[in-house]
Amino acid sequence: MLQRIFRLTGVAVLCVLLLLAMVPDARAQAANLRGKVVVDGSSTVFPITEAAAHAFKQDFPNVDVVVGVSGTGGGFKRFVKGEIDVSDASRPIKKEELEAARQNQVRFIELPVGFDGLSVVVHHDNNWADKLTVEQLRELFSEDGKIRKWSDINPAWPNETIKLYSPGTDSGTFDYFREAVMGERNFRTDLSTSEDDNVLVTGINGDKFSLGYFGAAYYYENREKVKAVPILNPATGEAILPEPENVLSNRYAPLSRPLFIYVSMNALRRPEVRKFVEFYINRCGEFSEKVGYVALPQEIVAMARDFLTNRRTGTVWLMPDGAKRHGALAEVYKPENLVDPLKQ
Amino acid sequence: MNGESRLSLHPLLADPEGLRARLRPVAGRHRKERIFYFLCLAVSGMAVLILAALFGAITLMGIATFSWKFLTAPPSPAAEESGMYPAIMGSVWVVLLAMLTALPLGTASAILLEEYRPRSPLMRRIQHIIELNITNLAGVPSVVYGILGLTVFVYMFPLFDGTGKPVREWGVVYYDQFYNEADTVLLVPVNTLDAPPVQPKTGMLAFDADFHPVNLQVIGEDDPWPEDPERARVTLRETDMGGRISEKTWYYFCLPFGRGVLAGALTLGLVILPTIIIVAREALRAVPDSLREGAFALGASRWQTIYRVTLPAALPGIMTGSILAMSRAIGEAAPLIMISGIVFLTNPPRHLMDDFTVMPLQIFNWAQRPQTDFHALAASGIIVLLAILLVFNSIALLIRQRYQKPLS
Repeated sequence: MLQRIFRLTGVAVLCVLLLLAMVPDARAQAANLRGKVVVDGSSTVFPITEAAAHAFKQDFPNVDVVVGVSGTGGGFKRFVKGEIDVSDASRPIKKEELEAARQNQVRFIELPVGFDGLSVVVHHDNNWADKLTVEQLRELFSEDGKIRKWSDINPAWPNETIKLYSPGTDSGTFDYFREAVMGERNFRTDLSTSEDDNVLVTGINGDKFSLGYFGAAYYYENREKVKAVPILNPATGEAILPEPENVLSNRYAPLSRPLFIYVSMNALRRPEVRKFVEFYINRCGEFSEKVGYVALPQEIVAMARDFLTNRRTGTVWLMPDGAKRHGALAEVYKPENLVDPLKQ
Repeated sequence: MNGESRLSLHPLLADPEGLRARLRPVAGRHRKERIFYFLCLAVSGMAVLILAALFGAITLMGIATFSWKFLTAPPSPAAEESGMYPAIMGSVWVVLLAMLTALPLGTASAILLEEYRPRSPLMRRIQHIIELNITNLAGVPSVVYGILGLTVFVYMFPLFDGTGKPVREWGVVYYDQFYNEADTVLLVPVNTLDAPPVQPKTGMLAFDADFHPVNLQVIGEDDPWPEDPERARVTLRETDMGGRISEKTWYYFCLPFGRGVLAGALTLGLVILPTIIIVAREALRAVPDSLREGAFALGASRWQTIYRVTLPAALPGIMTGSILAMSRAIGEAAPLIMISGIVFLTNPPRHLMDDFTVMPLQIFNWAQRPQTDFHALAASGIIVLLAILLVFNSIALLIRQRYQKPLS
């Protein structure tokens, strides 16, 4: 008897499940979209794109989105050959890469998707380093710099050598730090480097007189192990911590950077790529915050959406003569700054 | 003379005091022997201990996130929902294909080098050069193989144009996918990947998203959109542009290989080939010559001898080599970063040319995330990696047990 009840319940449950499966989905039409979107590039941008691809898959199960991590340079190398549809980049496209794209007739749209602060951190028990300037960082990290000990910065600080930790030279983080801090100076070679930022956290955590830098997401996750040093904003003279609100408002300058995706115009003709990129831009704030980055302000997202819908191609970070354009994202990311060598 | 020697005692026996003096150091030798034995035991015990410690630490870290879901779900930005199914399947495909190519090739090379020893000095020199090269290849860093694989398998460089786009294809149908104003997908078949974009025309062969033929209606750019929803579903504007997509069968094959499973597997095959050759040669060399001579004496040809006598006798050794090779292949990440580099993928490979990722790539990606939840996932991934390695190795062990016979 009991067995029969069990059996009946089982059948009933099965029927309900089957019925549920047969009820037409409200998104049934969109769900029919097929195809594949190939994304490659920066491992810094990867988590945002992964979040976007994962959410997109819920709405469009027949579209495959594959995301690689060849690094910003590696991604651009494939992108300018037309091998991939979307390139993740933790820095804007370079002059040489733009030239390669021109030769291969690859046109693209540049879209910011989030902000990343670069945090300069010290050991948790370091109670003396209350602020640092960009010039001090430059002296500390350059080959012929004058700062080697904490007491070289401030005589009241310990007379101990500063042990330095840095991301590896292949990373976009290293590139960005060199760009923002080092200028023309050469990096010293006696740093401890690792491609894995968690290793840097462990290293700094184990050495009271150490200092290092890495993406702010690693600082937010390891507040109990390391401490961020406020960095003096050269424009305003305020000492600012790499907290999300400061990164977003651009008060944490010059060590906050925008993250981008580059979308090929050829690929945008395909509905699945168009849908994916629209989906990504519309929800990029949500995705960035979910994975520990800082969401873009509404105005910039609106601008990105405008770039995408009106097919505004090219980059805003290079001048027509190939020189780099500097400035905050909000000031530079405007249609009038666009440079596209393939535009007629 | 004979009797004399039988009678005379050994000089040591003749002198018991001297014998005792000589024997005393023997006790010391026994002690040394014991010390050495314990030293060996400690060293090999250390290896076991280290493995146990590693395994214990990994299990402690990873067991919490280890679940059925972890084995069957694709990766996700939410750590608690994340799984590594595509990576597990990718690793299984890649390692099995790599073994399928490298094991026969490696064994064949070993047979050539061991069983067909050339007589002429020129050939002997050539063989010497080959041997030297194989030994050197075993020491080449695997990332170099990755670059080689990229040129040879992914782009097949001098044969094709070097863009990696498929030039010859089998088992694929291309469509232009239209997404009309009623949010409906319409598919128009086209011949090749590079065919010019389809300009929609009324009455053209077209399919809906489930591949049922539809009666395609095309209206002008400024015509009013049909109000009847059924009609709107099959309507396109003449200016609409489609996007090229492909439907690939399970036997899809293309040249050049592109960044698919096959290119990855062949590259890994190259990485493990020298190991297999070296171990298979050792195994063949260990087969006693008396067996070969016996076969020759019975009138067997060289090939018959190899196939029926030498190879079966060497098989257990070759299997040991394949265990070593497989263990290396499954943990290898560097050459596959060059070939695939993908870490987010929702599907396992469906054909030889499909995109893939492997467990080491997935584990590395998780381990370098800032969030500690992902570090636990990486540990769970290592447990799976070790478990799969164990399964593969036990299969090889089983084969070895089955064929292991006393040789004399």
